[in-house]
Amino acid sequence: MEMISQAAHAASWVLIVAGSFFLVAGALGMLRMPDVYTRMHAASVIDTLGATLLILGLAIQAGFTLVTLKLFFVLALLFFFGPVASHALAQAALYAGVEPILDEDRRNRTVPGDTANKDATPESPGKSTPTRPT
Amino acid sequence: MFYVATGAVLIALLFAVIRAIRGPTVFDRVLAGNTVGTLAILLLAALGFLTGRPEFLDIGLTYGLLNLIGTFAVLKFFRIGDLAYDVTDEQEKSAWK
Repeated sequence: MEMISQAAHAASWVLIVAGSFFLVAGALGMLRMPDVYTRMHAASVIDTLGATLLILGLAIQAGFTLVTLKLFFVLALLFFFGPVASHALAQAALYAGVEPILDEDRRNRTVPGDTANKDATPESPGKSTPTRPT
Repeated sequence: MFYVATGAVLIALLFAVIRAIRGPTVFDRVLAGNTVGTLAILLLAALGFLTGRPEFLDIGLTYGLLNLIGTFAVLKFFRIGDLAYDVTDEQEKSAWK
């Protein structure tokens, strides 16, 4: 019995740390990505992998109680409403004319050590703004 | 271990708030707001376990529902400019992309 509880403790520890890692990774991607759509791609990591792993770890920690049931309700809420909100956001951004940055838009980017393309303006990925036709 | 989860959620919240401030379009801010809502639910869950009172999860559930409605309200406002507008009229006129 003691071994089982220790194994559950270790499993929840691993799940919570993995979930925390994906939370920070998704938020960092949301900060660093170049336009709205790629930022949504990064933010969906938080909604799916980060939240799922963290809540599963907390549920193992809580055992068979009402708290676990509530945690699974929270998980179901995130699972059903996260994609709905993402879909609405992407559709609204497309409708408003926010263009995704495609491959040919970034051809003039300077590559470190590339002397042939010296005239092009350097552009850091975090600062490039998506064009928004009015 | 709950300290690790709470710290990670707080760091992610900081990044989301920075994105909300930097913009540049309104959709970046809406995305950041939505992410802040998700992270607030997770923060409530982790903080409840940290203080030994997991009853905060009810507040987290309510916050999740409000977050979805808030996101839709902001998106509808920036698309139409009026929260009371009936979209089905516009659909019949095929102005919907």
